[in-house]
Amino acid sequence: MIGLTHYLAVSAALFVMGVFGIFLNRRNIIIILMALELILLAVNINLVAFSAFLHQVHGQIFAMFVLTVAAGEAAIGLAILVIYFRNRGTVAVDQADLMKG
Amino acid sequence: MAAFAFYLFSGLLLTSGLMVITAKNPVHSVLWLILAFFNAAGLFILLGAEFLAMLLVIVYVGAVAVLFLFVVMMLDIDFKALKRGTMQNLPLGLAVSGVILAELLLIGTGWQPGQGVIVHEALAGPPVGMSNTQWIGSQLYTRYVFVFSMAGLLLLAAMIGAIVLTHRRRVGIKKQDIAVQNARTPAGTLGIGKAGLGQGVDL
Repeated sequence: MIGLTHYLAVSAALFVMGVFGIFLNRRNIIIILMALELILLAVNINLVAFSAFLHQVHGQIFAMFVLTVAAGEAAIGLAILVIYFRNRGTVAVDQADLMKG
Repeated sequence: MAAFAFYLFSGLLLTSGLMVITAKNPVHSVLWLILAFFNAAGLFILLGAEFLAMLLVIVYVGAVAVLFLFVVMMLDIDFKALKRGTMQNLPLGLAVSGVILAELLLIGTGWQPGQGVIVHEALAGPPVGMSNTQWIGSQLYTRYVFVFSMAGLLLLAAMIGAIVLTHRRRVGIKKQDIAVQNARTPAGTLGIGKAGLGQGVDL
């Protein structure tokens, strides 16, 4: 019998994987953005699992809003990445604070 | 059967999540990300959230992952140089994610539902005579209609922001400007000059 705890465990593991991915690829902003998508996906799984096991629909609606934010965040993040690459010729973000602005 | 599907989907989800962050080639990372989204959609279907599962496939796989793929392939990035020196972050990363995992497990095992909240053992679908999509819509367009419009505004802001950020006015290219063409008058463009003998004309 698969219960709420199972889904929470999967979601927790995915969340931690996303956090670890940010550390593992600290210079490559593309992978960082993908790790952020993983984190948001974990949050969505949490919301939908609670929604299903509490027999309420609100969690699914909030998961939809998280999806919206994730889509907007990916668009803006990739736009910033493109102009960063245009200016610097690389996507290594560990030197993005070069000007200490 | 449902248990088998759950373990299949979650196992594949976690495996592909791990491959996203460890793959050497970012194109492979994006492809693993797509697989992760598909498996998450499978989990959503198991939970009875069919509409969100379809939304996940359409929005994430159809838009976000393809956007990632475009950017990865469009930019000429030296990915080997980016990998260098990342292993020194490994102990810190392991420590932080270990702490977060421990905290999440602590919450997950010690969690109690609040007063009046009932955590059911079994899943139940939407109310009788309603599909999952109708159920979501009945709340989304009534109780959450303001939040819904704000979400639309957020997407508009994201769109405008992305265009403003990446748009650039190129200098030094010849381009037709119809307004300038229409505004030309003979007075501004024609003139009569005197050509002196043996001197030519200044233009």
